[in-house]
Amino acid sequence: MISARLLGRTGTIFLAIVLAVAVLVPMSNLLLPVGSPLHVPDYMMPLLGKYLCYALLALSVDLVWGYAGILSLGHGAFFALGGYAMGMYLMRQIGTRGVYANPVLPDFMVFLNWKELPWYWWGFDHFPFAALMVLAAPGLLAFVFGWFAFRSRVTGVYLSIITQAMTFALLLAFFRNDMGFGGNNGLTDFKDILGFPVQAQGTRAALFALSALALAGGFLLCRFIVTSKLGKVLVAIRDAESRTRFIGYRVENYKLFVWTVSAMLAGLAGALYVPQVGIINPSEFAPANSIETVIWVAVGGRGTLAGAALGGVVVNAGKTWFTGMLPELWLFALGALFVLVTLFLPKGILGTFTEWWTGRRRPAVAEIEDEDGVARAIDSRGAPVPAE
Amino acid sequence: MVLRNFPAIAFALCLIVLGAGSARADAYTDALARFAADSYSETEAAIEGVAASGHPLAAEVVSALQAGRLLVRAADRAVFIRDPAGGLKDARTGEATTANAADLKAVRLNNRVRRAADAAMGQLTLRAPDPRRRIEAAAAVFKSRDAGALAAIESAIAAEQDPGVLRAFREARASIALAKPDASAADQVAAVEVLRAKGDRDALALLRQIPPSAPDEVRGLAQLAASSIESRLALLQRAQDVAYGVSLGSVLLLAAIGLAITFGVMGVINMAHGEMVMLGAYTTFMVQEVIRTRFPELFGASLFIALPLAFLVAGAVGVLIEHSVIRFLYGRPLETLLATWGISLILQQAVRSIFGAQNREVGTPAWMSGSVDLWGLTLTWNRIVIVLFATAVFVALLVALKHTSLGLQIRAVTQNRRMAGAMGIRTDWVDAMTFGLGSGVAGIAGVALSQIDNVSPNLGQGYIIDSFLVVVFGGVGNLWGTLVGAMSIGIANKLLEPVAGAVLGKILLLVAVILFIQKRPRGLFALKGRFVEA
Repeated sequence: MISARLLGRTGTIFLAIVLAVAVLVPMSNLLLPVGSPLHVPDYMMPLLGKYLCYALLALSVDLVWGYAGILSLGHGAFFALGGYAMGMYLMRQIGTRGVYANPVLPDFMVFLNWKELPWYWWGFDHFPFAALMVLAAPGLLAFVFGWFAFRSRVTGVYLSIITQAMTFALLLAFFRNDMGFGGNNGLTDFKDILGFPVQAQGTRAALFALSALALAGGFLLCRFIVTSKLGKVLVAIRDAESRTRFIGYRVENYKLFVWTVSAMLAGLAGALYVPQVGIINPSEFAPANSIETVIWVAVGGRGTLAGAALGGVVVNAGKTWFTGMLPELWLFALGALFVLVTLFLPKGILGTFTEWWTGRRRPAVAEIEDEDGVARAIDSRGAPVPAE
Repeated sequence: MVLRNFPAIAFALCLIVLGAGSARADAYTDALARFAADSYSETEAAIEGVAASGHPLAAEVVSALQAGRLLVRAADRAVFIRDPAGGLKDARTGEATTANAADLKAVRLNNRVRRAADAAMGQLTLRAPDPRRRIEAAAAVFKSRDAGALAAIESAIAAEQDPGVLRAFREARASIALAKPDASAADQVAAVEVLRAKGDRDALALLRQIPPSAPDEVRGLAQLAASSIESRLALLQRAQDVAYGVSLGSVLLLAAIGLAITFGVMGVINMAHGEMVMLGAYTTFMVQEVIRTRFPELFGASLFIALPLAFLVAGAVGVLIEHSVIRFLYGRPLETLLATWGISLILQQAVRSIFGAQNREVGTPAWMSGSVDLWGLTLTWNRIVIVLFATAVFVALLVALKHTSLGLQIRAVTQNRRMAGAMGIRTDWVDAMTFGLGSGVAGIAGVALSQIDNVSPNLGQGYIIDSFLVVVFGGVGNLWGTLVGAMSIGIANKLLEPVAGAVLGKILLLVAVILFIQKRPRGLFALKGRFVEA
């Protein structure tokens, strides 16, 4: 059913690894005894789940940056919006178990002397509605934003700057108590998700498995998009936007489609992130977070999808290790990563590795075609700008 | 004649003065005695009597009363002043004395008495030799609106020479006239006019409080005057907002102008630009530290010493960044953005490691502190200096770009890099110099910002997003675009703040700029031509 054409060799390996992780890690956590060397301890579960959510976020950024040439410095906003949608559902599940035991209002609203639930909180008691909003809220924002931006042909650094302005505006907005999203403190103190306690070992294992499955599903969706004819047009837009437009493609529609899909994937990542981390607050909107996401993609390999996900996991694992061992050096390391990767590793880990591997062994013909667009785009550094 | 009779005249004069003096003294002692009656209305009468007597001790007595330090001995109706240190003074003579504390009782106060005392103090100082004291006294009367002070005010007006004091007296009289139920309509009309000319919040409050019993004519006029004052005040408030906006705009201009140059010439967004500003601010801090420990007398000039140093430090770091990183990333603006972001993280952390994460104290020289009142607007000196400084930097850059050979080359590269290269311009050298210049300007912006913002490793981060917005709003390759962008955003921000609140105003502004970019994707002053999409 899933053809080799759709996945490619790296894709197959990646998918196999993700699915294996989805099954084996929760099993190891639940079934193996605590002393066993293969046992994944409880504290690791939400941490690893978090990495998988970041990987999905990186995947969504790679879809727009690697294949459509849109450098978004605001994907953190979509991630956070998905997270808030899930957080609102989880807040409603607290019910009367809050500090103020108010049956209608979440604690922070009682604290702010609100009398009734604002309209935009209606319906979040129901999981299907919340799940819909996880995709709809970021999707709608992306659609409206992209509708305006792509139609007006805002491109390049200008687009990057206004995506950054967008997430900054949302950061300021969500900091306001009057917005009704918990202000500074955000949403936290969650109890249940679909009736299961959030903190329980089993729930955590299930959330982890779900995150891995979401990553696998997101990967398949992205591969499906980029290997389709639409994907080829996107690559053409990335490499020569005006030329593609002159050939007769409606560039803004292609961009808008892939931009909205990407935002929804980011929202899904945020929604899976929140129950595992246990809190969502406005700092997720910080422009710095969005830029950091871009560097995950760059580290893993722009325009490789699997590499972006890999970058998300590797950089965050490195961050955990660094901030634990040498906290004062982390920003140096992250900054150096930005500089060194852009200078010396423009194809990222996966891109460089694939190049080395294919140079060593003659690959299948389909594989060359598959990676061709990527390699060419990256080699275009310093090449003459296409005549427009 | 006069000279020969001089002794006689002098003698007569002495008699008159003495006589007047003794008459005054009588009125004073009589009034003083009424304090002992221990009734509020008598105390009030006593205050008025004391104030009217013009006795040299009158002011002291009333102020002692206000402070609860006026004591009476019921037995012989003697009145004493206890000074803050605890010593006793006879209120009649002013000489130090002693008395059995058990016999003494402080004169009681209620609100009416307090008001009377305030008004009396006002009257007593109406004749003070210092014009500032007289204005203060007039202001006190203006507030108390005590009809009893009317006579004192009238006589003070007749004697007054100083026009400023005279205006204050007239305003005080107007305030009384409006409060007095039996004032003539003509007086009240004149009073309304005076208050209208005064035109501040106090005058507005008085005009609003005119009792319904006042003649219709007066009330109508007062209403007119009140609304004219209101619109004037609203206008003044807008003007004040605009002044704040210009000040914010200058700060944004300083922070963004270097960015605009590098973006215009090289098409790269330098995310580390904010850190150049921060380096400038820390240079100022270092300069002041050295001055504080070695040459304290130079403190007033510290900013002037810091300016060239900040330019050099930030400019050198800029050239270093250009040489080590950015030149390898030409034609890849998005990657440059990421690399410079990495550099900004490294610089921030480096400064944090060296100087610590907390705010560093940068002093303000004496000549920059204080504020000035201009037609009712309050402007602080440091803000004014920053506006002037931003203007100077702007003009200097404008001149540098128009009239130096580097400026010519920079403009050529901005317009068409390859053509400029073909004409023999060393574009890579121009890039390095431009980057150094942009960073150096950011450094001197840091000197200015150290005066109004906290000098911390995060200083640059606070300005970077606003600076980008200024640049994309104004359009690249044109300094005027940056000026218009900075001023529009600064003024719009400050005008929105009172209407929508600081945070919501900022959000609205961000949304407005995002929408504006849709309309003009290349900014307000966009370059035109075939190079635009390169």
